[in-house]
Amino acid sequence: MFRETEILQTASQVSSTGGDLEGAGDLVINVGPQHPATHGVLHLVITLNGETIKKVEPHLGYIHRSIEKMCESLTYRQFIYVTSRMDYLSAHMNNHACALCVEKGMQIEVPERAKVVRVIMDELTRIASHELWWGAMAMDVGAFTPFFHAFRERETINEIMEETCGARLTMNYYVPGGLMAELHPDFQKKVKSFITLFKSKIDEYDELVTGNIIFQNRMKGVGYLSAEDAVSFGCSGPTARGSGVSSDIRKLYPYAAYDQVQFDEVLENGCDSFARYMIRIREMKQSVRIIEQLIDNIPEGDFQAKTKAVLKLPKGEFYTRVETARGELGVYIVSEGGTTPYRIKFRSPGFSNLSALDQMARGSKLGDLVAMMGTLDLVIPDIDR
Amino acid sequence: MPGLPSLRERGSRGEANMFIVNYIKDIYKGIRSLLVGMRRTGYYFTHHKEIITQEYPDNRDTLKMADRFKGEVVMPHDENNEHRCTGCTACELACPNGTIKVVTKFDITPEGKKKKAIDKLVYHLELCTMCNLCIIACPSDAIVMAQTFEHSVFDRAQLTKILNNPGSKIMEGVE
Ligand code: SF4
Ligand code: SF4
Repeated sequence: MFRETEILQTASQVSSTGGDLEGAGDLVINVGPQHPATHGVLHLVITLNGETIKKVEPHLGYIHRSIEKMCESLTYRQFIYVTSRMDYLSAHMNNHACALCVEKGMQIEVPERAKVVRVIMDELTRIASHELWWGAMAMDVGAFTPFFHAFRERETINEIMEETCGARLTMNYYVPGGLMAELHPDFQKKVKSFITLFKSKIDEYDELVTGNIIFQNRMKGVGYLSAEDAVSFGCSGPTARGSGVSSDIRKLYPYAAYDQVQFDEVLENGCDSFARYMIRIREMKQSVRIIEQLIDNIPEGDFQAKTKAVLKLPKGEFYTRVETARGELGVYIVSEGGTTPYRIKFRSPGFSNLSALDQMARGSKLGDLVAMMGTLDLVIPDIDR
Repeated sequence: MPGLPSLRERGSRGEANMFIVNYIKDIYKGIRSLLVGMRRTGYYFTHHKEIITQEYPDNRDTLKMADRFKGEVVMPHDENNEHRCTGCTACELACPNGTIKVVTKFDITPEGKKKKAIDKLVYHLELCTMCNLCIIACPSDAIVMAQTFEHSVFDRAQLTKILNNPGSKIMEGVE
């Protein structure tokens, strides 16, 4: 009951603040936290005038697990696995950011082999994540078939992950200093056959969804987010690049083996939902390009650097960032010199991207909201850690 | 169709003609795009040979999980009921969730010396996140991941397991 009162109060605050929000016919509705269209437990308080959206206010906290606080009681080897549970579709990248941060603090030199394998794994995860997003995106606008097509290819990646890392989603394959285990003997063969499969299927995506007139009309010119707004809301990843803002961490601050590969930073200038859609479709092709360059050139050698049994970061502050499938993930560790972090902060891409939703949605129709949220590719556990 | 200009906005006859041509073009393109998608759907409708779903649990007998699949932590024993665990508690310290509890005891060796050995290695499956950290921490490879995944039971207490067999002892030569 407490929560309901709180929401009602906020709703009345919404309509009492800001002159443009006041109106006799305004209706405040709650979407979520349990709502099939929000892909998770996102709670939106929406102020409507008729069918026109006047304000969207995200309420967070429903699945807050206080991961940052939990990490403070775990050692530098242990805390990495928890971060798989933030953005579970980019589990490898989350682990990568944490491993990089510990390696930076300890000044561990990661073997070349581990660096290359990490890039391949990250890119496979990116493809898997974008596949799932593509299926879910099409479902948001009412097409159900694409979902199965997307999962067909994604399943292949999951199998590769299962063979090498032992899990399909929360892999925990990266450890400070490299990788947890050697690659599976079939890894290269499987990845190559996946690439062949993927290349034969990616055109289907365009046939089924991209070219579809109904889909285009629902996407084009909807959810406008200008480049200035994208920057001021701190958007990153495909959301920012859809507005023409160059923000690819892999290009701007290369980590692991990203400086050794050729790939383009995908940019679109449409600023609308369709631009953000195209970014992800094109990014999948770039990821394939990166994997193709590396899969035959995995250097021999150790997969893990020699590290001390107990890791102790020197006193100080450390920050690293990686590009997850959703944007920039930053890991900030404050160390007092002990075996556990004094403070950990994650800068998650979804949180900033979600904050732009209000700006995008104002003035458009309620029916378009779900489609707009789809193009932001929200993963709620990432927003609400 | 986006951007339909009203009748008044349309000026000359030429513009009106252009508008009608574009309008019909848009309709044609739109219908075409739908048919392209329908063709793809139709293809899969008529070519349903490529079966990608698994009929679990009907395929239980033939279902094979990946070798490294992390299902649950187990302690392998050989035919003499011997394991490799020395009771060093490295796994207990490595576990982020307090899943493993090593209970040690002191054995008396034939020479009459006291020697540390495990009494019980208690494993709480309900707390385990299958992160593999205990496995890589174990210096004598005493524990491994099993590929089981059907863990549902009716009573939570059944999820707490003792990994070493009753009456088991440590293998010869493992320090
Ligand atoms: S797999 Fe992870 S959570 Fe489970 S017992 Fe081992 S260390 Fe603990
Ligand atoms: S299982 Fe391994 S790490 Fe755990 S107490 Fe036994 S020997 Fe030590």
